[in-house]
Amino acid sequence: MTSYILKRLGAMLVTLWLIVTLTFFLMHSVPGSPFNEERTTNEAIQKNLEAYFHLDEPLYVQYGIYMKSLVTFDFGPSIKRSSDSVNAMLERGFPISFELGFITLVTAIVSGLFLGIIAALRHNGFVDYLAMTIAVLGISIPNFVLATLLIQQLAVTYEIFPAATWQSPMHMVLPTLALATGPMAIIARLTRASMLEVLTQDYIRTAKAKGLSPVKIVFKHALRNAMLPVVTVLGTLAASILTGTFVIEKIFAIPGMGRYFVESISNRDYPVIMGTTVFYSAILIIMLFLVDIAYGLLDPRIKLHKKEGR
Amino acid sequence: MEKILQVKDLQVAFKTFGGEVQAVRGVTFDLLKGETLAIVGESGCGKSVTSQAIMGLIPSPPGKIAGGEIIFKNRDLTSLPEKEWRNVRGADISMIFQDPMTALNPTLTVGEQIIEGIIQHEKIARTQAKAKAIDMLNLVGIPVPESRMKQYPHQFSGGMRQRIMIAMALICQPEILIADEPTTALDVTIQAQILELFRDIQNRTGVSIVLITHDLGVVAQVADRIAVMYAGKIVETGTRREIFYNPQHPYTRGLLQSVPRLDREDAELIPIAGSPPDLFAPPTGCPFTARCESAMEVCSRVYPIETKLSEQHQVHCWLQDQRARKLAVPVITIS
Repeated sequence: MTSYILKRLGAMLVTLWLIVTLTFFLMHSVPGSPFNEERTTNEAIQKNLEAYFHLDEPLYVQYGIYMKSLVTFDFGPSIKRSSDSVNAMLERGFPISFELGFITLVTAIVSGLFLGIIAALRHNGFVDYLAMTIAVLGISIPNFVLATLLIQQLAVTYEIFPAATWQSPMHMVLPTLALATGPMAIIARLTRASMLEVLTQDYIRTAKAKGLSPVKIVFKHALRNAMLPVVTVLGTLAASILTGTFVIEKIFAIPGMGRYFVESISNRDYPVIMGTTVFYSAILIIMLFLVDIAYGLLDPRIKLHKKEGR
Repeated sequence: MEKILQVKDLQVAFKTFGGEVQAVRGVTFDLLKGETLAIVGESGCGKSVTSQAIMGLIPSPPGKIAGGEIIFKNRDLTSLPEKEWRNVRGADISMIFQDPMTALNPTLTVGEQIIEGIIQHEKIARTQAKAKAIDMLNLVGIPVPESRMKQYPHQFSGGMRQRIMIAMALICQPEILIADEPTTALDVTIQAQILELFRDIQNRTGVSIVLITHDLGVVAQVADRIAVMYAGKIVETGTRREIFYNPQHPYTRGLLQSVPRLDREDAELIPIAGSPPDLFAPPTGCPFTARCESAMEVCSRVYPIETKLSEQHQVHCWLQDQRARKLAVPVITIS
């Protein structure tokens, strides 16, 4: 197990390095620079600025400088917000984005599993159709449409929840709902499909033959086996929630990481682009790693460590 | 001997898109204490459905027990509410299934799967349940049961898994053990070991066994009595001796003739021509009429009444009727 984790950590670092390198060269190959503006800057000032941010050096030298600071976890200064460093931006924005993402993921998993399980247990019944209708709607409606709809109805017309910002639990309800519906729908449909398959398995019949109660059969015998496909998509779902936060944060004026990410790209604010990209990729890679670990815990047939005697 | 289970005129039907399949059409038999009753017949004759009905495991919908009684301990099981059914299942009547490769949950340890059965039915501490499970694994011949308890099904061979299934079924000391094709998925040497185990366990615990199989070789080894099923009905019952040496129903004879014999060199294998009737619209008369070499006119119209040949031996065939004896000439011949 330890050797497996070490191996995976190594692979994760390589992946991260590839992402950093690709993003670096791709972003620098895009035309434009942070100092492309309507008004003309004094040439001397421009030169000085470029020298300060090493933008006048050849690309490979810039890459070397960036990588050097990166290994010390220094993401560098922001070019556009001169008083701000990327590290400070991450420190400010990430806790909020993480909070939103985490609450969303938990909401999506819990409600998705619930809908999927009751749909499977009431297969072809009213509850099943109802749950699947909700799921199809959830998959079809983009989260930004749902967000505006929720604001219009629950914040403006009925004034139950505040329309924007991120302060109290009440503020969190609408953005979480908007963001969680899509992933919830995906989880619900997957859970239902795999539950239906698992419930016809021989070992479920064995469990019934033992005289176990339906609750025990579902939660102890069926769910664990049905969870495997669901766990598989959790990694990518987490990614889609992460990127979903960009839009939702914008709509609900949540001071998370999303706005830095979006603004930095149009501004060619290279250090911020790099910093946020590296950070998001790292989170995604860690999520996928956790999914693989979860596999081994759920299904003993999947061995994570090397076979003995090899 | 004491009758432990009485099945009376049991009928099971399944609703499908094509109509209603009458899988079991009036099955009657008794199970005596400590005996092994084998129910034999070809695929689709309703033997497995009969066993599932006794366990209350008919998936409903689409299936339902359409009539009849299953009497166990002075209670009719067919009218039992689901909650009380659960107290019978696994505790009084247990079941072993055909394929041990799929019948165990791959994500739970073997020990847990055995223990949960005891905990469900008995007020017992976990440590005690564990000790009981280890004893039971010992009984069914699993070496080093203490460490085997912590392993998962995929770490066992097919024969070992079937032993675990047996341990699981016997853990609450049931009075009836239903084994639905318990050796079909195993190879022949393992099959012999498992059958030996059945006999051994029956000697020790006195459990009554209902053995569902299509393998007459298995039947010859372990059965005390045999019930031959065809198209949802039991056509002939008798002791093992009576069925093997004095079969009276043409179907039983056909079955016996279609078993390869190693002891007779020139013996040709004679298959039963034709195929079983469509159970969407079962025939009113004897269902075997169309395949029977000695079929008479009456056979296709009226289902044969029971003829008692001995204390144990009963057959449903018009050829046994007093009025038919002299007319027993084949009218339909299948080439």
